[in-house]
Amino acid sequence: MKKTIVTACSLFALLVSAPLAATAAEEVDVEEVVNKANLAAYYAGDDGKAEINMTITDSQGRERTREFIILRKDKEDGGQQFFYVYFKKPSDVSKMVFMVHKNVDKDDNRWMYLPALDLVKRIAASDKRTSFVGSNFMYEDVSGRNLSEDTRELVESNDTHYVIKNTPKKPEDVEFSSYTVQIDKKNFLPVKAVYLDKNGKEYRTVEATKVEDIDGIPTVVESKVTDLEAKSSTVSKFSNVEYNIGLKENVFTERYMTNDRKARDLANKTKK
Amino acid sequence: MRKTAYIAVALIFVLPISLSVVRAEDDNISLSERLHDDYGVEALGFAETRWGTRMVDDENEDTLSLGEARFQVQLDRDFDSFQIQFKGDLLADAVTEELEADIRNLSLSFSPSDMVDIKLGRMVSTWGTGDLVFINDMFPKDWQSFFIGRDDEYLKQASNSIRTGLFLGDYTINLVYTPRFQGSEFVSGERLSYFNPGAGQIVGQNMIMADDAPDAYFEDDETSVRLSKRFGGVETALYGYMGFWQEPEGMDATTGKAIYPRLNVWGASARSPMLGGIGNIEVGYYDSFDDEDGLNPYIRPSEYRFLVGFERELAHELTGGFQYYLEMIDEYENYEQTVAPGMEARDEYRQMLTMRLTKLMMQQTLTLSLFAYYSPTDNDGYVRPKFQYKLSDNLLVDGGFNLFFGENEHTFWGRFQDNTNAFVGVRYSF
Repeated sequence: MKKTIVTACSLFALLVSAPLAATAAEEVDVEEVVNKANLAAYYAGDDGKAEINMTITDSQGRERTREFIILRKDKEDGGQQFFYVYFKKPSDVSKMVFMVHKNVDKDDNRWMYLPALDLVKRIAASDKRTSFVGSNFMYEDVSGRNLSEDTRELVESNDTHYVIKNTPKKPEDVEFSSYTVQIDKKNFLPVKAVYLDKNGKEYRTVEATKVEDIDGIPTVVESKVTDLEAKSSTVSKFSNVEYNIGLKENVFTERYMTNDRKARDLANKTKK
Repeated sequence: MRKTAYIAVALIFVLPISLSVVRAEDDNISLSERLHDDYGVEALGFAETRWGTRMVDDENEDTLSLGEARFQVQLDRDFDSFQIQFKGDLLADAVTEELEADIRNLSLSFSPSDMVDIKLGRMVSTWGTGDLVFINDMFPKDWQSFFIGRDDEYLKQASNSIRTGLFLGDYTINLVYTPRFQGSEFVSGERLSYFNPGAGQIVGQNMIMADDAPDAYFEDDETSVRLSKRFGGVETALYGYMGFWQEPEGMDATTGKAIYPRLNVWGASARSPMLGGIGNIEVGYYDSFDDEDGLNPYIRPSEYRFLVGFERELAHELTGGFQYYLEMIDEYENYEQTVAPGMEARDEYRQMLTMRLTKLMMQQTLTLSLFAYYSPTDNDGYVRPKFQYKLSDNLLVDGGFNLFFGENEHTFWGRFQDNTNAFVGVRYSF
């Protein structure tokens, strides 16, 4: 008897919602698109490694470079992740290690190893919208913004892209009022994000400027952040990208930060 | 006159190196790239010059508090199952009028098994949770370098040691064995003045402290051990140290020389994210067991030490760190009895607060920082404002002040009050 009522209710719901859906060109579940995009951008493979070369250009055209290796391991897709960053250049940051245990439901744990002092420092991780190593990338661009921090709506769905507007639930915590992301319909990679400031003016863009297929996984191999206001930009080039190299969880510990030999073994690690 | 000669030597010595580096880069292949490509050697380093001046008149010290040219080179070579590292400094010092060479790292690292790491040679070691306050870190330091405005790197001295790590699941045991006691560089009067209780006044080059350090291999040795474990985000550790006071905290009554009494330290620490920042707590018991329950007037008594700290971002690119530190003399009544008439007894409790503010600006190329120690019980302190500006990836300028103050001359920071100085430096990294 109960079952019949439930079925009747669902049927009714279907009838009511059907005409609404028909008015849009297609049925799009925004959350599903965003989840897929999050997995494509930040959770490809079970683990991964890339060499990154960043060029930071300021408003006067002066360039600074950063060279580092990133290792990543996912505990579960969409869930906890571990990051390990080994710096190579410039020489004053060489051999420094930055490690993050990224959490979805609480603050991340971050560590920094300073080899000159043999010091493992823990870093407060409350503000994720600060510059990553002095570049135009922010911590959130590197490790992903927590999906629970924004509300979303689909503003456009054309032949190639979904365009989704994200509005922060706590606008006082961030420097933007909203941002829109274009997501490629083929592979769900976010290819461009445009940030609006508190006055609704565009001031920052993050773009995937080159995408390649690596081990069957669509991968951003070049990305660019532009600060329209400061007229500065950063280009990141990813090389020697590898997935599923079999990283163990114990790699993301103090032992691997403080031991340069182990760190370098990791940096040179490739899939067997 | 001799000083001028040293400065000239220093410049002659630094300039060609800097130029050769620059020139090599013009050919699009630097010396370090050549070393890497041809020999598998990773090379890094810098050349720098630093200058500082005393801002308080001290009749027993030079006005020049810092004047030097330094060249550091780092070479690493990876082999199949081990790594060799070298880091050495050459220093032309216009204050001491000496040319010095210091090896900061010359070590062999290997892992005989999956669970064991070994590093052997000369190296810098650090542990504990304090920010510029050390309780369980008994590795040698050089506060003098810090006080005159050298790079923070030089606060830590290298020592000849064997360092091992044993990794048993969630537990880690680290052991650092130093076969021959080294001790920290202390303020002896040579380039920084201090209050000498025997003389009853601040002394400097007129009364350089003579010390007698333990120096027998395997007999005057030091052992530091740490057992650590992480519980989720909380890092915990137990520590032990068997060795000596790092600074000459005793006196040989017959020779009148400063000595390093035996010392064991037992402690624990915890560090965890909390309230949007990082909290830390550390305790230690300094067992100065040669002091015979505090009754030996020539040896620093045993102490309890306690530290609690918190660091967090206060605003965008602005971090604040705060610590409370307490030092308590064990068996204080006994200690009080040993204080000679006319000498100032230490308080039973010494409290200290520290504050660190760090502001990053101009896309993190400019760092403004302030570190301050203040003791409400001694009413003294030490404040270190500093700036650092990266003109490019290679060129850095920095500068700041070391400001000492104290109501009395005999207290921990008050004894250095004639050393207040300002410093600047330029560094070229390659």
